[in-house]
Amino acid sequence: MANQDEKLVKSEASFMRLRTSPKMRSLKGFYRKLKRNRAALVGGYLIILLMIIATIGPFFLSHGINDVDYTVRLQPPSSEFWLGTDHNGRDIFSRIIYGAQITLIVGFLSVIFGGVAGVVIGIVSGYYGGKIDAVIMRIMDVLLAFPGILLALAIVSILGPSIINVIYAVAIYSVPSFARIVRGSTLATKELEYVDASRALGASDFRLIFKHILPNVTSPLIVQATLSIATAILTASGLSFLGLGAQPPSPEWGAMLNDGRGYMYDSGYIALFPGLAIVLAVLAFNLFGDGIRDALDPKTK
Amino acid sequence: MNQTQLLKINGLKQYFPIRGGFFGRKVNDVKAVDDISFEINKGEAVSIVGESGCGKSTTGRAILRLDEPTEGTIEFNGVDLLSLKRKDMKKARKDLQIIFQDPYASLNPRLTVRQIIYESMDIQKHVKRQDREARMFELLELVGLQRHQADLFPHEFSGGQRQRVGIARALSVDPKLIVCDEAVSALDVSIQAQVLNLLKKLQKEMELTYLFISHDLGVVRHISDRIIVMYLGKIVEIGDNESIFENPKHPYTKALLSAIPVPNPKKKSERILLEGDVPSPIDPPQGCRFHTRCPFATDLCKEETPQLRTTDGMTENHQAACHYINEIDFEKVKARV
Repeated sequence: MANQDEKLVKSEASFMRLRTSPKMRSLKGFYRKLKRNRAALVGGYLIILLMIIATIGPFFLSHGINDVDYTVRLQPPSSEFWLGTDHNGRDIFSRIIYGAQITLIVGFLSVIFGGVAGVVIGIVSGYYGGKIDAVIMRIMDVLLAFPGILLALAIVSILGPSIINVIYAVAIYSVPSFARIVRGSTLATKELEYVDASRALGASDFRLIFKHILPNVTSPLIVQATLSIATAILTASGLSFLGLGAQPPSPEWGAMLNDGRGYMYDSGYIALFPGLAIVLAVLAFNLFGDGIRDALDPKTK
Repeated sequence: MNQTQLLKINGLKQYFPIRGGFFGRKVNDVKAVDDISFEINKGEAVSIVGESGCGKSTTGRAILRLDEPTEGTIEFNGVDLLSLKRKDMKKARKDLQIIFQDPYASLNPRLTVRQIIYESMDIQKHVKRQDREARMFELLELVGLQRHQADLFPHEFSGGQRQRVGIARALSVDPKLIVCDEAVSALDVSIQAQVLNLLKKLQKEMELTYLFISHDLGVVRHISDRIIVMYLGKIVEIGDNESIFENPKHPYTKALLSAIPVPNPKKKSERILLEGDVPSPIDPPQGCRFHTRCPFATDLCKEETPQLRTTDGMTENHQAACHYINEIDFEKVKARV
């Protein structure tokens, strides 16, 4: 009797395992695959660490970001100033921690703006096709033909140098890659029979797009977004380095790199640590992006 | 028998443009369906048969306006569907449904059966919200699924069960005409029979009219009242079930029928073997489209397009499009296999 009960419990358990939605199943499989990819996992943890530092880090700092003190300028790393001080005597460690906030905000916001615009453009283009598609995609081709940084540079020089304009610039230049990916997935999805079945029932374009097409676009979209954040961070710091992004005394990493440029020979650490921070952030997003691309690829098991 | 006409297709043409060049100019057309006309009466099961690429699925899709036909009229209950505005078409869609071939692609993998059926009810606002659940269970029962399966996802069903879900979705709006686009070809033979019997049962109970699209003559013979044989976008023969199977007149129909396997290993079947491939629908042959593969073709066939006609020895409503309906001696070309 007890044996039978046990069996029943077991079959119930296996039934429950069966009864998970495809979303949950794919999420589980996704995590399993991701776990096997060491580099991606490291990237993921780095991103989480970065986010934690950016949100709560500033509360634990003893130095302000703009505490100018000429008596301690150009100090090498010490127990008081962990990563040394710059030419104004400001603590580089504190500034890097604050900078993480700016970097992440710029990275995420520009990708969200660019991504949303790209998704809308891509879906409209792929779903409606025809002339609209031809026109939109030629415009996207033109945007793609510019090297990313050059396009961002041009946009910022038109809008004027500021970190907000950098967000716009990076958003604009990441639109085409989103649009292309979404258009491709839309084209593939709209040929599926279940989309036709809904159309045969008289479903509106709105319903078809949001209920049937968009969910199929999400996985390539997540990969593209993650990788785009890396590029966005790099471009934003590049522009700030050139003096077109964050303006002094903002502790943006690229701007800090620029500050340290003049002291490279004697006090290399002023440029070294912000540079390392940029490398780490970009690397984290790239590793994670590559990892989820592999994990979402249905061909790898 | 007094029959009312439900669907009348007149001069339907469906050309798909081939675009090329820099700005996607139209280079040529794929003439998938080229000027076909036929009628379906209420309560009938009509089948369209033919090889891959003969335009049978395109015809079905055109009736539902899943593709916009190039030319022609599709009259449903006396109203030309092609002239309807979007809003009126949406209303008309309630009466027209489709069941697809691939039971794995025809259901959204992210929705449960309940959600799939609710969606179709919602779109057509056919069932009141408070009645939805009861109606859904009723439909599931009708197609032979269990109540507890309502909240399962498509991947938890077998192919045959998925097809039943597809049928339930089509039925959820109480349609008058259902287009079954190769509805059973993806299923195992035993499941095919089950689903076909279900469709037959539903036809009786719900007074449905079917347009069956299939390449499987066994299935067609089992379910249809009338049969339309298509070749390369044209109707080559049309007639009731018996006329087509017992008294085929067009050489293409004969060839198709002779390809049905006979369930008797000792009997040598006599086959009409067709050589070569179906010509390209981009540039179909002049005259009779079948002349490139027809063993009886003459110069007349290369020049003049034969019209559908009825001759001696054919029942009423049985028509074939061949210049030599009565002259051809099929014995000559039969090959013993």
